Amino acid sequence: MSPLADLLLNGKAVAAHRPWPRVVVTADVWQKIAQELAASHATLLGLWGDGDPVPAVHMAITSQAGEIAVATIECLNGRFPSVGAVHPPAIRLERTISSLYGFEPVGAPDLRPWLDLGFWDVQQPLGARKARSVGPAAYTFLPVEGESLHQIAVGPVHAGIIEPGHFRITAGGETVARLEQRLGYAHKGIESLMAGATIERAAQLAGRTSGDSTVAYGLAFAQAVEAALKITPPPRAQYLRALLAELERLANHLGDIGAICNDASFALMHAHCGILRERVLRAADSAFGHRLLMNRIVPGGVVADLDADGAAGIRAALQDIRERFPRLVELYDNTASLQDRTVGTGIVTAHLARQFGAGGYVGRASARNFDARKTPGYAPYDQLDFTVPVLTAGDVDARVWVRIREVEQSLGLIIQILGRLPEGPITTPLAEITGEGLGFTEGFRGDVMVWVRLDSMRVERCHLRDPSWFQWPLLEAAIEGNIVADFPLCNKSFNCSYSGHDL
Amino acid sequence: MRRTLFESLTHRPLTEMPPTIDETALAELAASVDRAARRRLGRSLAIRTVDAGSCNGCELEIHALNNAFYDLERFGLRFVASPRHADVLTVTGPVTKNMREALARTYNAMPDPKWVVAIGDCAADGGLFSGSYAVIGGAGRVVPVDLHIRGCPPQPVQILRGLLTVL
Repeated sequence: MSPLADLLLNGKAVAAHRPWPRVVVTADVWQKIAQELAASHATLLGLWGDGDPVPAVHMAITSQAGEIAVATIECLNGRFPSVGAVHPPAIRLERTISSLYGFEPVGAPDLRPWLDLGFWDVQQPLGARKARSVGPAAYTFLPVEGESLHQIAVGPVHAGIIEPGHFRITAGGETVARLEQRLGYAHKGIESLMAGATIERAAQLAGRTSGDSTVAYGLAFAQAVEAALKITPPPRAQYLRALLAELERLANHLGDIGAICNDASFALMHAHCGILRERVLRAADSAFGHRLLMNRIVPGGVVADLDADGAAGIRAALQDIRERFPRLVELYDNTASLQDRTVGTGIVTAHLARQFGAGGYVGRASARNFDARKTPGYAPYDQLDFTVPVLTAGDVDARVWVRIREVEQSLGLIIQILGRLPEGPITTPLAEITGEGLGFTEGFRGDVMVWVRLDSMRVERCHLRDPSWFQWPLLEAAIEGNIVADFPLCNKSFNCSYSGHDL
Repeated sequence: MRRTLFESLTHRPLTEMPPTIDETALAELAASVDRAARRRLGRSLAIRTVDAGSCNGCELEIHALNNAFYDLERFGLRFVASPRHADVLTVTGPVTKNMREALARTYNAMPDPKWVVAIGDCAADGGLFSGSYAVIGGAGRVVPVDLHIRGCPPQPVQILRGLLTVL
């Protein structure tokens, strides 16, 4: 048995938490788990606050063997031992808990607010809900010391059609000495809207956490609800969900591969990848009635079935991509001026990727072999044949190549799914029971986690954790020592979600 | 000659008041200049977009306008990097409280005349996110909106139809 499982045996297991255990632990065990994270014996999956029935903080972790567990510490006096004190990936999560709930992470290295930029009428909106008496205060960016440094402030409104966020770049000449992000501009209070919502409304909200990952979120939310209610969707629904997920992955990868090249001023790739992306979206629209596939997945199954015409449309789009995409890959590989921009730019070390548990192509381009479809895995991927591409260079180029390989894998997966689609119903009725559930899916950007507590078919508390939480900080590291002009290129190669992060 | 010059100093000039301008002729000329100006300068709008807290779904479909199928630029419509170059502001998202000031500042940085287009259900009235402590609820509460394009998200062809109407 792993040390982690040993530790959790010391706690009080919560009966109605599925499919993985949730254990209420003491401050002592909590800190030992933090040490395990710091020693890379386990990976942090999420850290979030909860107000009911008692003020508490939950921490989701996975061991190297792939076991998932949630540890809970009750913070009756509004305090809990900081995980970020020993494990930096937890720092922003704790700052968020502090801003949204008012709980104090004792020993935390950074107590500045996060997501709360000082514009809300309330403070601690998910906790004590204190009325705000003063407006926005000046925000202190981390100090940068050295000769001849200057600062460049970018955002929240950017030059392109991009989500809002602020980047503070400190540079010496052309070279970036430090990038610091300030996020929260897209904060919509999704988790507060979730509280008390019906499952139907909550599913719609989950599907709009990050619009480019609406399928991944819809699926993770459905998984969490189904786990809490102890139901399993029918096999046909499981296959259709995987089909939706792969179409979403394909569309996003195709669009972004072009967009990354565009940020290196290679517009030709952008134009052609844009055509392929549009073909996928149109096939999705014809088959399922929505270009981005929003709200096609609901707890219990899917709302749209696939008919012969829809399947034929998807096959035709796939055939088109199979013919055109290899030429584009060759173009990418053989254009020296483009390679000059992407190779060796914005390197994420394998150590940082492992430490932060960076999911998706950001992790896989830096040697972290992790894909939620494989570990912990979920139906129907256990019945499908695919590989997870992993590279080690960690630069923009490696992230592009991982996505190229994933396009190829998704094409193969969709053909398998269409060939094996089982007959039968596409929904199963929801059971009226109370419980907690955790959903964990692989979106195009990385692993999406949704945790939910249900009571009488209503959501009491729902936490949505975007993969970007563990990727944004790595962008700060990746850009260090690169030139300012390569920032858009590095940023696009990460393509972190602002909305998914800001909630 | 001296006498002639002296007379011209002491007598009132013979020059008469100008005739009033013929309004019809003026209108005819104005129309002709306007046609020329529209041919040379018109049928073109520079667009600045602000994501005021959308889920990024609307951004994906706005991006799609640039692909070969919709080819926005053939209509003289193009996205610009600075609000100071823009005629049209498109706004997406329910307008979060954290984005209110940035949105207002962007609008104020645009030269007159200017138009605002709210894209998506969120920008119309806050959409699904109405009622949140963090959301203002619609672009119209911060900037004067001239046109709403509904949808979650609206399809590219719907956005295109709306923008062509502004043109």
